[in-house]
Amino acid sequence: MVLIEIRWHGRGGQGVVTGSNLLARASIIEGNYAQHFPEFGPERAGAPVRSYTRISDEPIDIHCGIYEPDIVVIIDPVMSKTPEDYAYGLKKGGDLVLNLSPDNSEKVAKWARENGYRLHVVDARKISLEETGGREIYNVPMLSALLRVKKLASLETLEKVLAERFSGKVLEMNLKLSRRCYEEVKTIVG
Amino acid sequence: MARQAQERIAIMGDEAIALAVKQSNVDVIAAYPITPQTIIVERLSEYVANGELDAAFIQAESEHSALSICVGASLAGARVFTSTASQGLALMHEIVYATSSMRVPMVMAIANRSLNAPLNIHCEHGDVMPERDSGWVHLFATNVQEAYDLTFIAFKLSEHPDVQLPVSVNLDAFILTHSVEPLTPISDEDASKFLPPRQPLYSIDFDSPATFGTMALPDTYMEFKYQLKEAAEKAGQVYPEVAGEYARISGRRYWYFNSYMADDADAVVLVLGSTYGTLKVAARRLREGGLKVGVVGLTMFRPFPEKQLVELLKNAKSLIVMDRAYSYGGLGGPLYMEVLAMLYRNGLRIPVMNVVYGLGGRDFRLDEAEAVLKIALDGARRGRFDEHVRWWGVRA
Repeated sequence: MVLIEIRWHGRGGQGVVTGSNLLARASIIEGNYAQHFPEFGPERAGAPVRSYTRISDEPIDIHCGIYEPDIVVIIDPVMSKTPEDYAYGLKKGGDLVLNLSPDNSEKVAKWARENGYRLHVVDARKISLEETGGREIYNVPMLSALLRVKKLASLETLEKVLAERFSGKVLEMNLKLSRRCYEEVKTIVG
Repeated sequence: MARQAQERIAIMGDEAIALAVKQSNVDVIAAYPITPQTIIVERLSEYVANGELDAAFIQAESEHSALSICVGASLAGARVFTSTASQGLALMHEIVYATSSMRVPMVMAIANRSLNAPLNIHCEHGDVMPERDSGWVHLFATNVQEAYDLTFIAFKLSEHPDVQLPVSVNLDAFILTHSVEPLTPISDEDASKFLPPRQPLYSIDFDSPATFGTMALPDTYMEFKYQLKEAAEKAGQVYPEVAGEYARISGRRYWYFNSYMADDADAVVLVLGSTYGTLKVAARRLREGGLKVGVVGLTMFRPFPEKQLVELLKNAKSLIVMDRAYSYGGLGGPLYMEVLAMLYRNGLRIPVMNVVYGLGGRDFRLDEAEAVLKIALDGARRGRFDEHVRWWGVRA
């Protein structure tokens, strides 16, 4: 049995919980087993938020938090600048997926190398600002980047899941952003 | 036999219950629509609003009223559902007892949460335990699929002519209510076959007037309550028949409990709710190392499946009972006390310890599950435990 545990970080209002939720849905659609669960606390816009996903090829019985994830995804661009604050418990050889410009990732790459983490970055902030005329949408774009680098589900499946969840302009925007992030995500430390 | 495999969908625990309720063709849903209410009734209100479910959705001004509305609707012959949690259930308390004592069939989902104070919205079984002695049938789900399946079984059991009692389906708040998991639903067609429109045994009928919720003075009150006791026990007897019928349409067989390698285990851990899965994973690891541990997750807490549990546990050398609730000033948690009594009156003299865990939503991790199983094994080896009750991980 292969069990992949993922922890998501971001801020209240950025859709961290939705990102994790959509990943579980995409994974289940592809025939895998998955579990998504958010962490609930006082909910305030801007406060740090965590969410969790488990993916496996066998039924998942476990029902507790994730403390030693295989993957950490940070969807907030400011938090992505200091991944050392959020990578706690990340397994050696684990993957970090950050909302960061590849051109601006030297310091983080050095830290990732020293700690034995793989590092993947995509400038979802810039892409979102460009594509949406000033809006900052990070969850679906970062999910799309994650799918690309870890091959957890296909872009096609993601698009199917998005179409179930969103419609009209919101869907269109999310599709556009996820396609670009899927293309532009870069593995800096492999 | 299992029918053709159906497609797995991804769904949240709350949504899974709402889907099951929709497929159960309920007639009336009454609920108090704000905290501590769940997404269950939110989805149901959407189903009703968009015409997918032909039912009356009634917003009440409190949980006390919500349950009262359900009682009236059920007495009028309707198939009825409500859901609540924590403080909401506490506010229903008076009517909870009226519902079972008037022998009113209905199903209530309880998203198990702690009771104030301190203010806390997280998972605990402390909300349902005050309803333990009410005469309701209490079922506990260990995952989203079970929460869905048990909802159908609950309706059937509730309306069974020999039972005629309300049934609660308990699912751990957040851990199950807000988790997305895979679900294999049954078809609408199978659901309708399993739950055809309700045929009430007794209902309000102006041509044939009857009294419901009558006054009973000392000369008759005990007879009413004796009938309640008999009905509650009967629910346990007809449960396998109902669960068996559900197995025929779903391919999923439910029993009084889930158990993992408990038959030949030296040390067994018994629990309610979603922690069963975590303990099962821990037990699987320990079994790989040759350690004879087993886990039991009770599906039916009321009526208490004494005979079946005794049969299962008769060869165990030690037992840890885990409670996500406590009886303050009592001997321990409610499940522990029940099991102690059961073992004593069946002549099973094995060491038993109570682990009280996860109050107010405190996480119970996989490594902690392993640790509890090892303590249980140690108790089996030594033939005793050093303490009766341990508040797991508490800072004293």
